[in-house]
Amino acid sequence: MTDRLPGFSTLAVHAGAQPDPTTGARATPIYQTTSFVFNDADHAASLFGLQAFGNIYTRIGNPTNAVLEERVAALEGGTAALAVASGHAAQLVVLQQLLKPGDEIIAARKLYGGSINQFTHAFKAFGWNVAWADPDEIESFERAVTPHTKAIFIESIANPAGSITDIEAIAAVARKAGVPLIVDNTLASPYLIKPIDHGADIVVHSLTKFLGGHGNSLGGIIVDAGTFDWSKDNKYPMLSEPRPEYHGIRIQETFGNFAFAIACRVLGLRDLGPALSPFNAFMILTGIETLPLRMQKHCDNAKAVAEFLSTHPAVSAVNYAGLPGDRYNALQRKYTPKGAGAVFTFSLKGGYDAGVNLVSNLKLFSHLANVGDTRSLVIHPASTTHSQLDDAAKVKSGAAPEVVRLSIGIEDKEDLIADLDQALRA
Amino acid sequence: MNHDAYDDNYIRSILNNVKSIAMVGASPVNVRPSYFAFKYLAQRGYDMIPVNPGHVGKELMGKPFVASLADIDRPIDMIDIFRNSSHIMPVVEEALKLSPPPKVIWMQLGARDDAAAEKAEAAGLKVVMNRCPKIEYGRLSSEISWMGVNSRTLSSKRAPIPTQGMRLSLNRTSFGGGQTAASDRAAKNKTETT
Ligand SMILES: Cc1ncc(COP(=O)(O)O)c(C=O)c1O
Repeated sequence: MTDRLPGFSTLAVHAGAQPDPTTGARATPIYQTTSFVFNDADHAASLFGLQAFGNIYTRIGNPTNAVLEERVAALEGGTAALAVASGHAAQLVVLQQLLKPGDEIIAARKLYGGSINQFTHAFKAFGWNVAWADPDEIESFERAVTPHTKAIFIESIANPAGSITDIEAIAAVARKAGVPLIVDNTLASPYLIKPIDHGADIVVHSLTKFLGGHGNSLGGIIVDAGTFDWSKDNKYPMLSEPRPEYHGIRIQETFGNFAFAIACRVLGLRDLGPALSPFNAFMILTGIETLPLRMQKHCDNAKAVAEFLSTHPAVSAVNYAGLPGDRYNALQRKYTPKGAGAVFTFSLKGGYDAGVNLVSNLKLFSHLANVGDTRSLVIHPASTTHSQLDDAAKVKSGAAPEVVRLSIGIEDKEDLIADLDQALRA
Repeated sequence: MNHDAYDDNYIRSILNNVKSIAMVGASPVNVRPSYFAFKYLAQRGYDMIPVNPGHVGKELMGKPFVASLADIDRPIDMIDIFRNSSHIMPVVEEALKLSPPPKVIWMQLGARDDAAAEKAEAAGLKVVMNRCPKIEYGRLSSEISWMGVNSRTLSSKRAPIPTQGMRLSLNRTSFGGGQTAASDRAAKNKTETT
């Protein structure tokens, strides 16, 4: 038997899954159970003490979720993963391992609005401070580094405008600062970009989007690249110091290059509690089996729609990295040559009113606050998610009154273009 | 022999073929990594011998501690060294004096001594450094997948249900050597900075 690397599509179907030991079921069963019986008292003690591999209670781990974890770890090229209830839960659990009150994280200014809220308000209340940096100006990350910096957080393809981040340049800043680089890879999925290959130490996802892909299940995941030395200068006591939660175990010493994923599970998920339902894990796993097919179609459709909009008389600008003149086109060709993703924004000559009208005239696109569905989606941020901001703040956050965001689905592109055309004319 | 990345087949053949393992530096303290590994390997059916002069007179999972390799009354296939890199060489030298000598020297996660490895390999022994046999066994059998770990193996065969003392099949299809690309990068970065 020789070692060979299976292709991405093979891993998307097989990684982590094998026929069920008891029944031979080929599809991954939904282990819809809270708890698992122990063989005997010693087995129970071994599991609780982290001495044995196995299942205890679904808040800590579940066999259906474990298949999802191994699959995403394999697709991302990481050593291990931990699935949690949502993308936001993944971000919370990751930072809980890294930050103490008074510590800092440097985050890209271009992030999903919900993440900006989470960092600005919820995390601030924990005493975790955020320093914002501009992914279009790498030096702004360097300038933001202080002795309290514990991590850098970016999105590979940023929500909402689909801009492409120079992951390698920011990874170099993180390495120099001696802190891990966390990349939210939600909008790219590992089919388009594998951040670990570009220097990421931790990858997080909202599985709710393209990985699940069908708009039916919330979920999040944390992937450990296995690259960071947590014990080097005692900056990360959750990983390097004896843990009182487990009678003095040191997590990195015991678990080596998947220590971060274990810490997230046994110190984060166990104690904070945002566990993923096994049913959702099953739905997301089924979605992942077709990720390569869907993602290519999403990208091809998005490019066709962006090209159509870029020549439309009612449209003043299109921000899509896959278009030759786009400011992110060079980064797109380097980081995501298969396609620029399927989430982007464009601007209407008619301003705010034109945005409101477009959304109400569309017949195929759904007006809702999500991305990465099989269905095409539209939102007018200025009248919805960002309506509480004044005009200046709207412009700064990429939600100017004339801006519309699309998430292109896997329908026939001709139908999407026809729908946009009739709505822009109406 | 490249000791930065091992082919899965190399690790697999060691774990499939050895029967008795002397663990040098085994600890009776139940939160130490050596205790975890000792217990796991004993449960997977290996004949385990704890070696630690500080604990002679005590037992680990019913096995009496011995003070040194020379005190072991039966041939041993593998020596698993739970000591810092600076304490490896004397153990290897002692191992090479045994008759018959062991077949494998295994240095624990974090431990590496290239000179000691060379010496053992010159005497015909196989060497593994900076790995944990518990993790490798769990990975190649996919038992470790319960923890969300990337086993880097695939199988379309029904998985066995692990029970006490049972040896699991390690013969899954491996992909891409013993490392992820990322781990290679981490090893490289480490060398660059030291
Ligand atoms: C890039 C990105 N990250 C994180 C999240 C948060 O994920 P969830 O809604 O699953 O908590 C989202 C959701 O829109 C997102 O787009």
